[in-house]
Amino acid sequence: MVRKSALRNSGIPFDSSILEDRWVNKSAVERRAGTLGKRRSVKKEYQAAWLLRAVTMIDLTTLSGDDTEGNVIRLCAKAKKPVRSDILEQMGFDSLTVGAVCVYHNRISTAVEALNGTGIPVAAVSTGFPAGQIAHRDKLAEIKKSVRAGANEIDIVISRDKVLRGNWRGLYDEICAFREACGESHLKTILATGELGNLENVIRASWVCMMGGADFIKTSTGKESVNATLPVSLVMVRAIREYLEMTGFRVGFKPAGGIRTARQALDWMILMKEEVGDEWLSAELFRFGASGLLGDIERQLEHFATGNYSAIHRHPMA
Amino acid sequence: MSTTVKKIYKSLEYGPAPEDSSEALKWLKGHGSKFNLFIGGKWVKPSQGEYFKTINPANGKSIANISLAKKKDIDRAVKAAQKASPYWLALSPHKRSRLLYTLARLIQKNARLLAVLETLDNGKPIRETRDIDIPLVARHFYHHAGWAQLMHSEFKGYQGLGVVGQIIPWNFPLLMLSWKIAPALAAGNTVVLKPAEQTPLTALLFAELCEQAGIPPGVVNIVTGDGRSGELIVNHPKIAKVAFTGSTEVGRLIRKATAGSRKKLSLELGGKSPFIVFEDADLDSAVEGIVDAIWFNQGEVCCAGSRLLVQENIADKLIRKIKDRMSKLRVGNPLDKSVDLGAIISKTQLKTIGKLVEKGEKEGGIVWKPPIDIPATGNYLAPILFTGVAPSDTICQEEIFGPVLVSMTFRTHDEAVKLANNTRYGLAASVWTENIDLALDIAPRVKAGTVWINSTNSFDAAAGFGGYRESGFGREGGREGMYEYMKLDLPIPKILDRKTSAATTQKAGSPIDRTPKLYIGGSQVRPDGGYSSVIMDPVGKKIGDVGKGNRKDIRNAVEAAHKAGAWASMTGHQRAQILYFIAENLSARHDEFSIRLIEQLHISNSAARKEVDSSIERIFHYAALADKYDGKVHSTVKRNITLAMPEPVGVIGVACPDSYPLLGFLSVILPLIAMGNTVVAIPSMIAPFSATDFYQVIDTSDLPGGVVNIVTGDREELASVLASHMDVDGVWYFGSEKGSQSVEALSISNMKRTWVNYGEPRNWENPESGSGEEFLKQATQIKNIWIPYGA
Repeated sequence: MVRKSALRNSGIPFDSSILEDRWVNKSAVERRAGTLGKRRSVKKEYQAAWLLRAVTMIDLTTLSGDDTEGNVIRLCAKAKKPVRSDILEQMGFDSLTVGAVCVYHNRISTAVEALNGTGIPVAAVSTGFPAGQIAHRDKLAEIKKSVRAGANEIDIVISRDKVLRGNWRGLYDEICAFREACGESHLKTILATGELGNLENVIRASWVCMMGGADFIKTSTGKESVNATLPVSLVMVRAIREYLEMTGFRVGFKPAGGIRTARQALDWMILMKEEVGDEWLSAELFRFGASGLLGDIERQLEHFATGNYSAIHRHPMA
Repeated sequence: MSTTVKKIYKSLEYGPAPEDSSEALKWLKGHGSKFNLFIGGKWVKPSQGEYFKTINPANGKSIANISLAKKKDIDRAVKAAQKASPYWLALSPHKRSRLLYTLARLIQKNARLLAVLETLDNGKPIRETRDIDIPLVARHFYHHAGWAQLMHSEFKGYQGLGVVGQIIPWNFPLLMLSWKIAPALAAGNTVVLKPAEQTPLTALLFAELCEQAGIPPGVVNIVTGDGRSGELIVNHPKIAKVAFTGSTEVGRLIRKATAGSRKKLSLELGGKSPFIVFEDADLDSAVEGIVDAIWFNQGEVCCAGSRLLVQENIADKLIRKIKDRMSKLRVGNPLDKSVDLGAIISKTQLKTIGKLVEKGEKEGGIVWKPPIDIPATGNYLAPILFTGVAPSDTICQEEIFGPVLVSMTFRTHDEAVKLANNTRYGLAASVWTENIDLALDIAPRVKAGTVWINSTNSFDAAAGFGGYRESGFGREGGREGMYEYMKLDLPIPKILDRKTSAATTQKAGSPIDRTPKLYIGGSQVRPDGGYSSVIMDPVGKKIGDVGKGNRKDIRNAVEAAHKAGAWASMTGHQRAQILYFIAENLSARHDEFSIRLIEQLHISNSAARKEVDSSIERIFHYAALADKYDGKVHSTVKRNITLAMPEPVGVIGVACPDSYPLLGFLSVILPLIAMGNTVVAIPSMIAPFSATDFYQVIDTSDLPGGVVNIVTGDREELASVLASHMDVDGVWYFGSEKGSQSVEALSISNMKRTWVNYGEPRNWENPESGSGEEFLKQATQIKNIWIPYGA
């Protein structure tokens, strides 16, 4: 996999004409999304290998009001050893880690400490997650505090009101400011697509985020009533592809919320492979925002390793 | 295991994902890989004991031995179907419905076996047989179980035809079988069906399902064989209808062979369907549409979107996207679940495609193939894209029936329509734009039986499918498809004898000799040949002369009729207003027209007045219908609006009946023009003056010039010119049996629609026989427009 990782998306000047020239047909998008997983099949050892790869792209997440030091430490422990070592050994792997651990700002220090020396990045949700209904300057302050606390990745929420009111320039300025506040930390922009009303807004918001310098565009917070779906993902990934063609920058993609099964994970991986290629099947350019997904993958992996169907309690919990 | 997983972890390849074929192989083995004919509910050996092999296109190996049906076998099958016919026809709709329902259930229960068997026999990817073909087959039987149930309530007065002969192609073997058999059985027909020589297996399994379902013996007969077996079905005298799907070439032969036989005919033939992409389309989705249009079933699809027409300003971008997408297509073992293109049906077809591709290159086209792996053995072909081609290139005109897309550009909307219609075919079209106004402007202007907006290759049992032009006629699916398997079962009104003795007739004096000219493009013109014919009354007394038209006059009239094409785009209300005006003006000349009738026919004054009265009433009838015979919105299974719109057929030649010189003449031209067609009429030469007098009514009624053209002369000769004219879309013929046969036979020049009377007289006064729904059906063809929605 050859990738110029140095080429982080630095954004491009705001260009409203790009936004005007975006067309998306929902029915056709749904048709493609609906057939993607039926046109391709990944079985047996291929499936096991793909699922192991999926594990490395998970942002293992806890975003709850009752998060404490204790459960975050447990989550980090799981991030370091996401798959039982006997299963890994059987497949010829020594170790494997997830893509990142994703927490609220208050839990960053715990996670940073727990993951010290592992190379696993800590991601923090920010800017008044999940609703983003706080003042802009407070958003910037939150990002900066999280960066100072050691977060390598900042998952911000965009201002949905700017999308719904068509204030694309305002959204662009917001993203640029977030990006600046992030400094060396990576900027992941959450579109909260379930609240944007339609696919046109999704495609335009994707473009504005990329123009503003997002390293990743992410579907949802996991808190909207509709979170990651294949059609929405398809639209966003096609925007990533076209942005690459236009600018040469590779922007990552993170579907989040609602991805709970290994089968779903494979569908998303097939989508990435078909629409943008294998480069987007690594943690550098792709993440699953999920908390429950890993458990199902573990069960499928044990099934592959032993030939017997597995049970969730046989796998160490997070 | 560990090294493989590790390796795959790095490469992230798909790996093989073969569908298990053991059940299908077991089924074949259970039959000793040898199949007899399914006739009269029994499996019978072919009379000559001949068998042929069916080949798996993926590996070239023989799968099974199949019976070759000869004359004796076809006779036997038709006899069995005939024998079963009275019982099946008399069976209650509900009982027929239950049997069709059972068939649908059995198809679902055996879905995977059918899918695998189809893939083995045909070479198409298992994804398609599993996810598209077989589910559509089941849906077709469910839907038609419904029509069977509703036969009496929804199709009052109609009933089945008897024994129908059905011949289906190899590209969608079981799906085409369902399109044929489901409506036929629902309407009460019994069936002799011949599957394609290359792909008989699923039809044979279907025969077993018929046995399991308890379909009475003889209702469904499956006879396997080759083209000659099909020919025997087509020519069998006891067949009431022939339904054929296949090449235009064979369709022509069938039309010719059945000419004059009174067999009902539906033909679903070839295509070169346009795929039109406008600048405001969702291009990424359009690319997926193209994949579904031309790389579905290896491009072996009659309605394949094989001609890409793209707006010039986005052409480079779209072509780049298509090439990227093509590079992701996977060609290989059709049983592999991750394969997009399977094997081409046969070596012969492979060669045909290869030759056309070669020709395309030779004529200057730029051929492009993606850098993907193609298996070294088996009938595999890479998907192909041609750029740098023009309509004048062979590959832009001829159906390739393979995975080959040709692309051309257009500048304006009008040019897109012109390019789209620059073909002999007219099966389907796909239109991509996010502008609904544009989409709905283009859809009616494209000459095609099906138009998909922002989608492609959508099918459903509730929507009719079928062609315009040389793509054939008749519809399959939906209400419109049901009519293909039914006839009106009404008592035929008796023909009235209106003749009275010459003595009682009045003489109308014509002081100045007047020889009516021809009426072309709204003007009276002298016949090209400069001759006229003498017209006598029933006792042999000269009434006058009329112009004697020839082929050049027909040519001119057809051109004038084409120029009046704007008539079709007028609203029904506007057309109705003009028709009412015609009625008004005829009414004002009531006496004059009555006298003319008496003079020509020696009928009584009251009979003459009655004919004029009926004529006025008929005009009112069609004026009333002009804005009421409208379409339907079909309830198809996708989220979309499927509009079934009756469209005018185009330019229609009409040979008018001899009886009722005024009412007969009007009864045939009125439904045509009410629906928006333009007409070239040949009046009866026994009494042509009622028609020629009518010029003046037309002239004073604001009917645009060219909508009705009247050429007097020898009916048979002129009808022949019309029937063989390649720019005439349909011919109605009300004359002799021989003339009917000739019109049907000559219609193959461009596969025009024909409606002939086989020499049978018709009671024109009776509203049922003189102006029934049949007239409107014949005056229109249904276009299904699929409009997906959602935002």
